[in-house]
Amino acid sequence: MRSGLINRAVIVAVFLLLLSFGAGQRATGQWATPSVSSASSIPQAQLIQPEELNRLLKTRGVEKPLILQVGSHVLFAEAHIPGSEYAGPGSQDAGLAALHDRVAPLPRKGFIVIYCGCCPWNRCPNVGPAYKSLLDMGFKNVKVLYLANNFGADWANKGFPVETGR
Amino acid sequence: MLLAGLVGACLAGSGSHAGFAAAQTLLNRKAPEFKRRDLNGQTLDLARYRGKVVLLNFWATWCAPCQLEMPVFAAWQRQYGPRGLQVVGISMDDDPALARRSVARLQLNYEIAMGDERLGALYGGVMGLPTTFLIDRNGVVRAQFQGETDLSSIEKQVVALANGP
Repeated sequence: MRSGLINRAVIVAVFLLLLSFGAGQRATGQWATPSVSSASSIPQAQLIQPEELNRLLKTRGVEKPLILQVGSHVLFAEAHIPGSEYAGPGSQDAGLAALHDRVAPLPRKGFIVIYCGCCPWNRCPNVGPAYKSLLDMGFKNVKVLYLANNFGADWANKGFPVETGR
Repeated sequence: MLLAGLVGACLAGSGSHAGFAAAQTLLNRKAPEFKRRDLNGQTLDLARYRGKVVLLNFWATWCAPCQLEMPVFAAWQRQYGPRGLQVVGISMDDDPALARRSVARLQLNYEIAMGDERLGALYGGVMGLPTTFLIDRNGVVRAQFQGETDLSSIEKQVVALANGP
């Protein structure tokens, strides 16, 4: 009888273990909260699509954002949105410091758009930390350009204007 | 190659958009030649690899998919090197010290040099990473892969090119 109880206890323990493992797998795979520094943590409402930003930049009489590229300087030099400035990389302390220094003197209600485009959105190590840094500094009007694949595929190769140079 | 080179030259400081469609035009054209200093200070000359199949990979230390691919490329260098494969990595980092650390950590066994915007433009605009070109033994670009790619599809083409003339 004792061995029967022990067997049942083992079965229950294994069941509970498997249950917790499965829940952990689901949590990491599907319902996990994105890391605060990942691009996926940026609220949808704060994203701006390439078409929308391009339209905004071409429209006269509307407020134009300060556009900051917070990714790779090499890729910025190769091609960037006309009028944008380099202020990165967001994944490194030195890059966040550069971003901080650029925006620190600005009014906190100013319209800022940041972007990267180094790699697929959910792999970008730069926009998440840069966005958070701006929020922490008190900026209220920050949008992040949503580049699903990269700057080439989602901006340059779609015919939107680019500039080169550092 | 001449077309890609001219486009690349025109891109420098010009703000022109025309060149960014050139990435597609490199297919079946001569791969733009270049010389760079590799991370050991030696000259890396793409022309020296004529007669080999070259896997030319643009990467960076902050590029997560790149960090997953590169050990696989190192394995291919070991496996297919005797059959004529040469992997060449171009780091698009700003700081070579970061690239050196990655190379050491990943134990990469192939040539690595630092890239820049000029080399990216020469290759039609490398505006996302990873970007990989397969160049046949005659120096012609036969495939291009951008972003996260099913590595088995790259490997199949590597093998096909290595087995080919």
